[in-house]
Amino acid sequence: MLKYIAKRIGLAIVTIWAVATITFFLMNMVPGGPFLSEKAISPQAQAALEAKYGLDKPLFEQYITYMKDALHGDFGDSLKQRGRTVMSIITKKFPVSARVGGMAVLVALCVGVPLGCVAAIRRGKFVDSFISVVATCGIAVPSFVICTVLMYFFGVKLKILPTLGLTSWKHYIMPVIALAFYPTAYIMRLTRSSMLDVLGQDYMRTARAKGLSQVISLFKHALRNAILPVITYVGPMLAYTLSGSFVVEKIFTIPGLGGEFIGSITSRDYTVIMGTTIFLATLITIMNVVVDIVYKIVDPRIKLK
Amino acid sequence: MAEEQNVRKLVDIKNERLSFFTPAGEVKALNDVSIMLEEGEVLGIVGESGSGKSVTAYSLMGLTAHPGKLLDGTLWFNGHEIETMTEKEMRKIRGNEISIIFQDPMTSLNPVYTIGNQIEEVVLLHTDKKKKEAHERAKELLELVGINEPEKRLKQYPHELSGGMRQRVMIAIALACEPKLLIADEPTTALDVTIQAQILELMMELKEKLGMAIIMITHDLGVVASMCEKIAVMYAGRIVEYGTAEDIFYRPKHQYTKGLIRSIPRLDTKEHERLVPIEGTPVDMLNPPKGCPFAPRCEKCMKICLKEMPPVTTFSETHYTQCWLNQKEEMEGGAANE
Repeated sequence: MLKYIAKRIGLAIVTIWAVATITFFLMNMVPGGPFLSEKAISPQAQAALEAKYGLDKPLFEQYITYMKDALHGDFGDSLKQRGRTVMSIITKKFPVSARVGGMAVLVALCVGVPLGCVAAIRRGKFVDSFISVVATCGIAVPSFVICTVLMYFFGVKLKILPTLGLTSWKHYIMPVIALAFYPTAYIMRLTRSSMLDVLGQDYMRTARAKGLSQVISLFKHALRNAILPVITYVGPMLAYTLSGSFVVEKIFTIPGLGGEFIGSITSRDYTVIMGTTIFLATLITIMNVVVDIVYKIVDPRIKLK
Repeated sequence: MAEEQNVRKLVDIKNERLSFFTPAGEVKALNDVSIMLEEGEVLGIVGESGSGKSVTAYSLMGLTAHPGKLLDGTLWFNGHEIETMTEKEMRKIRGNEISIIFQDPMTSLNPVYTIGNQIEEVVLLHTDKKKKEAHERAKELLELVGINEPEKRLKQYPHELSGGMRQRVMIAIALACEPKLLIADEPTTALDVTIQAQILELMMELKEKLGMAIIMITHDLGVVASMCEKIAVMYAGRIVEYGTAEDIFYRPKHQYTKGLIRSIPRLDTKEHERLVPIEGTPVDMLNPPKGCPFAPRCEKCMKICLKEMPPVTTFSETHYTQCWLNQKEEMEGGAANE
């Protein structure tokens, strides 16, 4: 087990390095730069700025310098947000996104798994069809539509929920629902289909033949087998959701990390692009290792090698 | 009178009719099936796939799969009227007074729980035993079914055991509460031949030891011959011939039974002799023929066979068939005697 984890960490480092390298060169291939804007600055000033951040050096040299600093934990200063290091941006904004995202994942699991089970047990009945329609909507409707609809009803019409910022528990409700919508629907469908598969298995018949009640055979014998695909999905999904959603954060003006991903790209804030990308890649890799370990705990047939 | 009889009988199924209501139409899986079994007796149910062997046994446990429905008949088991019982009442009997072992031991155990957990579960469910006692009982059971190092096996998962070993575990689970009746649904079909013999031997040994009755569902006449006292031959949801092992093997009456016996390879067959198969294919249960279901495949089919279902012809207290030819012969024989 320890050997396996060590091996996975080694692989993770290689993965993150590859992501960082590809991002670095792609980013520099895209036309434009951090100091080109509509309000033209003098060529001298631009040259001075580029010299200050080392952007005048050959690309490969820049790459080596960046990697060296990154290895020492120095991800540089933001090129556009004066006086802020990339590290400080991430450490300040990630917790905000993670709080909203974490709650959304929790909601998605608590709603998606039971409803998926219900749909599987009552397959072909009205409840099943109803849940299927809801799930399809949840997957098909983009989050900006959901955000707007929520805001319109709860914020504008009913005036019971605040629409801006994140200052009280009430502020969390709408963003969490909006963020949880898609994963809930997806988890529902995953749970339903894998539950249907498990319910037809021979060992479920054995459970009934033993005289177990439906509830026990469901929770003990079916769910543990049916939950595996959900775990696979939740790992990476958790990484994405914790690191924030651009759309939801923009609409509800949440000062989270999600905005930085897109914002840094449009403004060619090279160091922030690199920082956030490496951060997300690390998060996803960690989640994948966690998923593998959880898998092993849930299903003893799986061997970690 | 009927009740008096029931006192002795362990199983008494009378005129059971059961259908599956599928989108394609009603499948009459069981038509007028009657089975009787006394304590400690072994009954074999033979027949080809889809003849209703398993459906009969499952209905006795209240395990009829959706969309099956019991239409008529009474199912008596050990003082219970199964057809009137609720699911909750049935749960107290299942795994306790009546147990089942399934065909495929590879898939019948839950892969994510240990053997110990799965045996203890049924002990905890039906007895007042505490966790520790249940563990002891599980160990005892594994020893009973001939598994070495029970303490170690209890901690293992199904995938770490061989097929034969898993079937032994299934038997251990089935016997955990010392049932009155054990249903074995093709318990050896998925196992290789040497293991088959071992499992059958084990079952007979346990029967002697624990005194339970067994219903052996199989399409293997060899298994039936070596184990069963009584045999029911099923075809298209009907018992076409019922008798003791001797009746069936030495004095078969129904053409289907005769055909089955002809198709068994024998040690004394000549080298160039061929096995005789039963021609034709099983009936379409969605559109069963009007008369005797076996008539289209029967060599000695008469006109009436295609028109009407034959009545029961009784040869002795334990031997009967449903066949026009038997009926005719019996009538003529009876007339000649007079």
